[in-house]
Amino acid sequence: MLTRALPLFGSRRSVRVLERNALVYRSQWLMLLSGFFEPLFYLLSLSIGLNKLVGPLHIDGHAFSYATFVAPGMLATSAMNGAMIDSIFNPFFRLKISRTYDALLATPLEVTDIALGEVLWALVRATLYAASFIICMALLGDARSPWVILCWPGAILTSFAFSCFGLAVCTYIRSWQDFDLVALVQMPLFLFSGTFFPITLYPRWLGAIISFSPLYQSAALLRGFSLGQFDWIMIMRASYLLVIALVGLYVASRRFQKILTP
Amino acid sequence: MTSGHILEARNLVKRFGDFEAVKGIDVAIDRGESFGFLGPNGAGKTSTMRMISAISQPTDGTIEIFGLDPRVDGPEIRRRLGVVPQEDSLELELSVKNNLLMYGRYFDLPRRVIRERTTELLEFTQLSERANDKVDNLSGGMKRRLTIARGLMNRPEILILDEPTTGLDPQARHLLWDRLYRLKREGVTLIITTHYMDEAEQLCDRLVVMDQGKIVAEGAPRALIERFSTREVVELRFATDDHEQYFNQFTKFADRVEVLPDRILLYVNDGDDALRDVHAAGIAPASALVRRSSLEDVFLHLTGRSLTD
Repeated sequence: MLTRALPLFGSRRSVRVLERNALVYRSQWLMLLSGFFEPLFYLLSLSIGLNKLVGPLHIDGHAFSYATFVAPGMLATSAMNGAMIDSIFNPFFRLKISRTYDALLATPLEVTDIALGEVLWALVRATLYAASFIICMALLGDARSPWVILCWPGAILTSFAFSCFGLAVCTYIRSWQDFDLVALVQMPLFLFSGTFFPITLYPRWLGAIISFSPLYQSAALLRGFSLGQFDWIMIMRASYLLVIALVGLYVASRRFQKILTP
Repeated sequence: MTSGHILEARNLVKRFGDFEAVKGIDVAIDRGESFGFLGPNGAGKTSTMRMISAISQPTDGTIEIFGLDPRVDGPEIRRRLGVVPQEDSLELELSVKNNLLMYGRYFDLPRRVIRERTTELLEFTQLSERANDKVDNLSGGMKRRLTIARGLMNRPEILILDEPTTGLDPQARHLLWDRLYRLKREGVTLIITTHYMDEAEQLCDRLVVMDQGKIVAEGAPRALIERFSTREVVELRFATDDHEQYFNQFTKFADRVEVLPDRILLYVNDGDDALRDVHAAGIAPASALVRRSSLEDVFLHLTGRSLTD
């Protein structure tokens, strides 16, 4: 059997996909801007509104405001949402509706370059959004430690994990109806991953299940950074996200290959 | 291992699951040649094109393009190929100019070079006035021309065109043919698939006739016609739903008789003579036409079916 010798995770040519998306989105800058505002609105509503209703929290012997607790969770969530949109909706359209990728494959680009390029694009956006989010966090006083700066790479890692995972999911989507299924998974992930309240409030067994949620791992990691509380387990959390990213990208690349060059 | 050919394929097979789209074909194409794949829809032309464009991999067999193996040197081969796929797959959201800009970038061309070539190519394909228009607003013929301009952005040594004029009006087709002649004169090797026999006769130095994943004949268009058909053809139509019943009546008038659903074809050396004989025998068809043999007749002879089935 002849198999194609492809670079496992794409090559430097993937930057061209990034360039392509930048060129296409240049005329849709409003959409880019919305990516800045959405998480900011969350942050404002939570710090101003909920923060007043919910008194100071006491977790593991530390006391802090609810906004301080919830902000890293919101950052993780916005990284997830952004990555999922960039890696599921848009690539699905290019893969199966507009057939944009077919034209790219007649050029020196390989299938793996396309997959990696889409992930890079998601990461570029995530990098900008995360920076603006963290600055707002700091300005609103929701960060307790200068180590909050580490939330930046942390959020980028989160986006990396979710965009690779999303890109793999995207290849299994058959029609627009399937996006309801994606929402069905994304919603509980968003609500129950320790983003709004600590998972210690759950029964033990449920907490154990939720610890598999990449969003929980991300939120916990970012919370550690923003509070300046470091723990060895954070290395585990980061590794977990990294593994999801690499497995996701690998699956996405293979699936892209199967769909685009059967 | 290098052959003298710019492209050589041996025992090429493409399977999709249980379906075998290409069933072991051999092709050798020389530099500067204009080579055609003629066959009806579903003959395996597009699968073959995708393999010789170094886009999809053969299930079995080998291909050598520029003496390179697509499995190893895919990007390097594609750097020197121009591909005009059946579906335009242009960036509808981008302008004509930016479509070319982006495509050039995929080939790592510097922006300055792309700008120069864009001006040339838009002139060549008569799209200069539409340079800043969104592609979505172009007509079908313009989109096709832009796809060709795009395929030429990297100054390819081989230009591969899959059904370049399908769906175009006659005027647009002739403009396209004219551009392809010019490229050929400039030394570009052309590989064309088509199910239009006139297109194949016009454009191709040499062609293969494909049917159901196999090559059934190979040669220059005129040579194929001489070999597999007679000089002229008489087409007869009768006021009936069933032309089959007339078959036996005509065998004595022609070298060969083909019955199609809507007409009977008599393969003869001299069409006017044959038609006179038919009339003399007291047979009165509703309409009669004498014409020269074409590749359509070659295909009909080789496969028993017409190209547009």
